[in-house]
Amino acid sequence: MLGLGKKRGAKRSSTLVNASMLKNAFDRRSMVIGSIQGGIGVLLAVRMGYLAIAENEKYRLESESNRVNLTLIPPRRGWILDRNGAPLASNRADFRVDVIPERLTDPDQTIDEIGALLGLNEARIADLKQEMETARGFAPVEVASGLNYEQFAALSVRLPDMQGVVPQRGFSRFYPTASSVGHLIGYVGPASAEEYEQDRNPLLITPGYKIGKDGLEKQFEQDLRGVPGARRVEVTASGRIIRDLETRDDIQGDPVKLTIDGPLQDYAARRIGLESGSVVVMDCATGDLLCMASMPSFDPNSFSDGIGSVEYAMLREDQRVPLRNKVLKGLYPPGSTVKPMHCMSFLKEGVDPGETIVCGGGRRIGNRFFRCHSNHGVVDMTKAIAQSCDSYFYHFAQQVGFDTVASFAKDLGLGQEYPLPVTSQFYGTVPTPDWKLNKFGREWQPFDTVNASIGQGYYLTSPLQLAVMSTRLATGRRVNPRLIIDGPAKDFVSYDFRDEFITHIRDAMSEVVNGAGTARRAQLPLDGIKIAGKTGTAQVVSLSVSDGRSGPWKYRDHGLFTFFAPLENPRYAGAVVIEHGGGSGSAYPIARDVMTFMFDPEKGLAALTALEKQWGGTAQERLEKRYAAYAAERGATVTPPPRRDEDIFDQVEAEARVAARQSEAIAEDAIAPREDQAASGSPPPDAVTRP
Amino acid sequence: MNTVIPAPIARQPWSMLIPLFLLVGFGAAVLYSAGGGSMSPFASSHLLRFGVAMVMASVIASLPRELVKFLTYPAYVAVLLLLIAVEIIGQVGGGSQRWLDLGFMVLQPSELMKPVVVVTLAHFYASLPLGMITSWRALLVPGAFIAVPVAFVLLQPDLGTSLAIAFGGVVVMLLAGLPLKWFLGAGAAAAAAAPALFYLALQPYQQRRVLTMFNPEADPLGAGYHITQSKIAIGSGGIFGKGFNNGSQSHLQYLPEPHTDFVFATMAEEWGFIGGLFVIGMFALILRWGWRVAMDARDRFSSLLAAGMVATIFFYIAVNLLMVMGFAPVVGIPLPFMSHGGSSMLTNMICIGALMMVNSWNRRAPRTGLAG
Repeated sequence: MLGLGKKRGAKRSSTLVNASMLKNAFDRRSMVIGSIQGGIGVLLAVRMGYLAIAENEKYRLESESNRVNLTLIPPRRGWILDRNGAPLASNRADFRVDVIPERLTDPDQTIDEIGALLGLNEARIADLKQEMETARGFAPVEVASGLNYEQFAALSVRLPDMQGVVPQRGFSRFYPTASSVGHLIGYVGPASAEEYEQDRNPLLITPGYKIGKDGLEKQFEQDLRGVPGARRVEVTASGRIIRDLETRDDIQGDPVKLTIDGPLQDYAARRIGLESGSVVVMDCATGDLLCMASMPSFDPNSFSDGIGSVEYAMLREDQRVPLRNKVLKGLYPPGSTVKPMHCMSFLKEGVDPGETIVCGGGRRIGNRFFRCHSNHGVVDMTKAIAQSCDSYFYHFAQQVGFDTVASFAKDLGLGQEYPLPVTSQFYGTVPTPDWKLNKFGREWQPFDTVNASIGQGYYLTSPLQLAVMSTRLATGRRVNPRLIIDGPAKDFVSYDFRDEFITHIRDAMSEVVNGAGTARRAQLPLDGIKIAGKTGTAQVVSLSVSDGRSGPWKYRDHGLFTFFAPLENPRYAGAVVIEHGGGSGSAYPIARDVMTFMFDPEKGLAALTALEKQWGGTAQERLEKRYAAYAAERGATVTPPPRRDEDIFDQVEAEARVAARQSEAIAEDAIAPREDQAASGSPPPDAVTRP
Repeated sequence: MNTVIPAPIARQPWSMLIPLFLLVGFGAAVLYSAGGGSMSPFASSHLLRFGVAMVMASVIASLPRELVKFLTYPAYVAVLLLLIAVEIIGQVGGGSQRWLDLGFMVLQPSELMKPVVVVTLAHFYASLPLGMITSWRALLVPGAFIAVPVAFVLLQPDLGTSLAIAFGGVVVMLLAGLPLKWFLGAGAAAAAAAPALFYLALQPYQQRRVLTMFNPEADPLGAGYHITQSKIAIGSGGIFGKGFNNGSQSHLQYLPEPHTDFVFATMAEEWGFIGGLFVIGMFALILRWGWRVAMDARDRFSSLLAAGMVATIFFYIAVNLLMVMGFAPVVGIPLPFMSHGGSSMLTNMICIGALMMVNSWNRRAPRTGLAG
């Protein structure tokens, strides 16, 4: 039938059209269309076979990766413990809120809403908005942590209206003694992009995970970190969790046990009070660092959400540099505190302790007269230490040669670094003729010996070095400081000082406090326990600029005190350094109270409580008050902190190095000592005033 | 004829109805799963709508030829007026609108236009003097019949439906015997104009969909999301599928529109390649029956009408399946008899009803020998 139609159609002229031709065309064309349709059907079947069979494996995986969401559970960080097992850094279960910037429709508005709900302050909200602008894609940004349940609940009920806001349960780092341990322990914070580049651990970008940013938290990051847990959940496309598939618990990081005595650390930090300075106490037998307090400091608890602009500005502008760990990175001329050590050097070189010189308000060395701070008359070694007679040291340093004294000083730990797990420590300087020639290209002069013999001139030491020096001098052993309890204490080699030398130095240092010395007010208010020590007053500018006790804060003398106790059988030794305290009178009362607390905590605390009443609260309370006042005054005008925390501390360290050179300027000539140091027995009356 | 089965039942076109029932039933099963393992909201209303539409199709099937011819042009005008009404209401209401709310149901006039255009063109060509089939009139008038509603539907804007209307109409024109060179010329012109149309006539979101079709992975969370997720659903099903009610792509909402446009992907995830072959096979049976009805039609009007209806159903199936398998842009055309949706059910059952109607005309006066 079809064939017939075709023939007939073909025979006809093409201009004439009849019904059978059309029927014919219909049949042919519907055949073609039907075939095309069939072809498409086959194509679809083949395509489906390809997707479902050939590429099944690929799509099955993709479907699984859609369905299953693996989230890391940040491990609880290991605790940092003091020597008695009390936590200096622990974890607190709390609630946290993250936002995922990319999911926010209107970041500013969302932040405002969250801020209002959680009662965040203006400065924090401003910081967050800035962070939102620079945040990348899907990486969550922590908005607030340490929330209580009420805040968490208030936010949770509003979640349906707040796309991209993710409340979480977690743990946050908690430092019970806050600013007292700020410099020592450091703080934690979210890993920066650079840190993630170095360590491609997905944990680092897990929201809520914090890594150590400074101090021991940074040094022991790997030990403290622990092993993250994992949770596999089935999620919908919008991220809603349907059910838990499998959960592996996290393994908490290892604890790190310090040699620090927590209560002592806290006491010392608070006792520094309004001053800027540091207290180091060591155990004479083991070298354990019992206390490394550096104040003023920051509150590591408040740094864990990132360093706020206002807080950073406040800390930056404070000339007492709360960001600098002064125990390790504060360098000060040791002043008279090195005198007992120099005496030991003289003794070793054969100077008889009974040998006297005459101090006539100074002494002629070579062809020049160098002044002493007072006229001491006939001076032997004991009196030279007790009353800190400079003339004695000018004379004998000149006699034995300062090279000899300097190498002994280095042997006792000055100008050295110690094997401690800290981010950095400063060497300081023990000046020698070679060193001066190298550094300045100038010859060593008699006045250099004079300056160095009383711990001035180019001499620079850190409080830690002074504490080590005191310990070594008091015990006669090469005691090395240690910060971590990682096994039994080592037995330290002896310097082989003759017993009578040690006894002699100890007795002379006892005279400073317990006899006719410069620090009689440093006596311990305890029966049967005597402290021995040596005061130091380090000048930072020449006498013509400042009298060292009043005037601009940064021109005042540093106050220093090295000590050990008990006198007869030293168990503890240490050093107190108060920056620009106006003389040693600012330092030794602190040493006295710290040692009192060591032996009788109740008595020590009573003294501190009375002082803190005058000062207006504990160090932490004052820090918070200052912050509130500062934020109220300057909140809107501060400049934001550097983006990387590392930059902040690099800057602090660079400034610390510059600051250490302050006294270099006056080392160019003999330093005229202050008159009548022995009288500076009380803290300067204006110590309370702000700079 | 078999004496056991009563004549009214035996008379029915079972070679089409059985695949259709199987398909609708299977569709209900898939919708049951897409509804989270529940008859409501999708599966039960799907079956109910099919029931209503089947009654409507039976009514259409019983219409006599003369009545259909008589009603054709008024129906065309009426649906066109509805389209204009939708456009006006949309303009007044501020924003585009595609449907009229009739109270008991929501009506999309553009859906009705698909079968109506086919009937109108079939009627036009059937009444056109044979000799004029190569004249310009044979092209221009039907061209206008197609272009006017397409223009209104494009205004809505609804690219998918306007393409469907045009496709049904053009197939009727082709089968009516217009000179082939016109189609080839138009095809070539369209191919040449396509790039310009792409940039000038398409909305940005439509452009994106077209581009995405060629490379869905380029933007997996944006415009490519639909296609990517659909392919994952189909591909992860494997040969036998993940099992009834076990599709993670649909149940966890990765698959967009798992009950309407992407119902095939929902099905394929749970029933696998086997399920896909079944669906394609059922469609093939239905369309083959439709072609046979068109071939057996005893006059020009009936055959063009039937073929146009087959083409309209085919267009839905082909575009939908090509889309879910990543061969066509996402245009929002549901899969006949399986997707949940009243309008598409209505349109496709009108087509089925029209085919049954032609089938019954064929039965009453079968063709005898040469052209009638």
